Amino acid sequence: MDDIFGIPAPLLFGQLLLGLINGAFYALLSLGLAVIFGMLNVINFAHGAQFMMGAFVAWMLLEYAGLNYWWALILAPLLVGLFGVLLERTMIARLYKLDHLYGLLLTFGLGLIIEGIFRNQYGSSGLPYRIPPQLSGAWDLGFMFMPIYRGWVVIVAAVMCLATWLVIEKTKIGSYLRASTENAALVQAFGINVPRLMTLTYGAGVALAAFAGVLAAPIYSVNPQMGSNLIIIVFAVVVIGGMGSILGSVITGFGLGIIEGLTKVFYPEASSTVIFVVMAIVLLARPAGLFGRA
Amino acid sequence: MSIQRRTLLSAAAAAPLAGGMARRARAQANTIKIGVLTDMSALYRDLAGPGSLRAVQMAVQESGITQRGINVEVVSADHQNRPDVGSTVARQWIDRDGVDVIIDVPTSSVALAVNNITREKNKVMLNSGAASSDLTGSACTPNTIHWTYDTWMLSNSTGGAMVRAGGQSWFFITADYAFGHALERDASEFVRGAGGRVLGSVRTPFPGTTDFSSFLLQAQASRAQVVGLANAGGDTINTIKQAAEFGLTRGGRTKLAGLLVFITDVHSLGLQTAQGLVLTETFYWDLNDKTRGFSTRLALPGGAKPSMVQAGCYSSVLHYLKAVGEMGVAAAKASGADAVAKMKAMPTEDDAFGAGSIRADGRKIHPSYLFEVKQPSESRGAWDYYKLLGTTPADQAFRPVAQGGCALVR
Repeated sequence: MDDIFGIPAPLLFGQLLLGLINGAFYALLSLGLAVIFGMLNVINFAHGAQFMMGAFVAWMLLEYAGLNYWWALILAPLLVGLFGVLLERTMIARLYKLDHLYGLLLTFGLGLIIEGIFRNQYGSSGLPYRIPPQLSGAWDLGFMFMPIYRGWVVIVAAVMCLATWLVIEKTKIGSYLRASTENAALVQAFGINVPRLMTLTYGAGVALAAFAGVLAAPIYSVNPQMGSNLIIIVFAVVVIGGMGSILGSVITGFGLGIIEGLTKVFYPEASSTVIFVVMAIVLLARPAGLFGRA
Repeated sequence: MSIQRRTLLSAAAAAPLAGGMARRARAQANTIKIGVLTDMSALYRDLAGPGSLRAVQMAVQESGITQRGINVEVVSADHQNRPDVGSTVARQWIDRDGVDVIIDVPTSSVALAVNNITREKNKVMLNSGAASSDLTGSACTPNTIHWTYDTWMLSNSTGGAMVRAGGQSWFFITADYAFGHALERDASEFVRGAGGRVLGSVRTPFPGTTDFSSFLLQAQASRAQVVGLANAGGDTINTIKQAAEFGLTRGGRTKLAGLLVFITDVHSLGLQTAQGLVLTETFYWDLNDKTRGFSTRLALPGGAKPSMVQAGCYSSVLHYLKAVGEMGVAAAKASGADAVAKMKAMPTEDDAFGAGSIRADGRKIHPSYLFEVKQPSESRGAWDYYKLLGTTPADQAFRPVAQGGCALVR
């Protein structure tokens, strides 16, 4: 058997693939964060809670309404996105003119409250949610046993990232969005409803988080703290990629997933720390992040 | 002159206050204060948490001690699974709030920290939630009783059963903190003692690991017959869920050994995923009429059944209050070590664990039960999860006193 740095090659390939899968989650979550920060200048700390809500709504749809995974994939982001719109209209919109810190504190508080409510209602050990029958089973790749569902996650996440990037960079509505971040007053003078655009953007960012939550429901335990475990890493991803850079957060998300995956082989104890080491190094060398504009 | 007048005035103002303080001091002297220090917000919340608090309150009620004129006050706090937070709360409770006994304390790293504090302050820790067998071994104190289970007992029962069933080579997925290390160490000893081999282990960061697939792949690559899960709560749930996903046990060549699986974990996994899992507990709500009665009386929200940790909180507080009743409040408050000595001298008896006793090293002993998780078709409904495979009698369930290295019994 071929060894690479003392690790059998098949094992290493497997780990790279797993890293890519985790990277897909990081990319999808950091994408939502980057969209919200890039367009609204709000650091959305409730993102983890909204990710968790996506998973819970999927579970609720199945439990109370009998709607399966495929329905959840469409309905959960819509419902949670709507909730995001409500938050934006009632609270977050009031903070645009203030320092970033206010938005951060508000969304952080909201995240804790949402998490607490779910914990009180459903406990902390989680709820079962099964992989949809169409995607259960696995492929034998020779070097590893690859669950079909994980492959699906990577593909869907990549498609979603690409679609979001296209919408923002290549469509008319995307150009309005970009313009209003540069100069909102001018865009408004052209007759575009900027506040509504902001609301919809926040809603879309939240919906992306919920979408990732539905994708995560069958493989991670659906529990109230599932978001807070991931969100810190995702923030590191956004910072490394460059705050507000959409392409940056996607590439960094996948890249860091792979770095983390390799750490799990060579020095597993450090696998939860390695991303922050990378963050520290990147911030020292490039304070604006890898893809950020200083 | 003005100073005198101010002194006089303040003395006059303080007079009724002083009376109140004296009354409060008298009430304090006749009050036992119980602190439930547990995980209220994270992965061990369901197996301990609010349910532990409820169990303690029920024990106070059923002890009938208030009818004898002794007040009992119960407070609780969240230690967030962090030794620093747990230590701070324990010190504040003892120094400022006059707490006499600290209950539950899941998470071994926190338990070991509090263990030192209760010894230093001569108070009592009745530990139900933590697993490390060091609490009655190298870290034993005259102020601690380890009530419900420990890593040696789990390894002995589950590990022993797996090796006897032919699982000769093992690989461990271990939570990287005191509990995981202790469980891996104790289980490895059993495996080697029974002629098996340990092929390796991987340490997973705690808390905060959600994806175990990478570690499962390493376990698979080791070609071990048994993958031992030296973790607990949400970590175990995620590992088992993902092991099924990655086909770890496909073909029946590799088996999973959940060394510490609680009924709340099985509930969360669902029988479809958890079926066939072999595990060890010292309490199951459906063991007999008494355990069923206890679980019904406890009436956890949503029809949930108590975990062995919550049952242990009930049982330990009941026994502590019995001891307090015999020795008197003043003596129990004056010395935690005396209260523990009194508890050791008395046999235990309650609905959750039946008859039992406490050893000199602080180990509460009772039988342990080896269960297999039922198939969905065998279950009569929610919480009907276990089939009893075997019982280890109380005197064999826990590590022999002489092997623990506890300084109290040398």
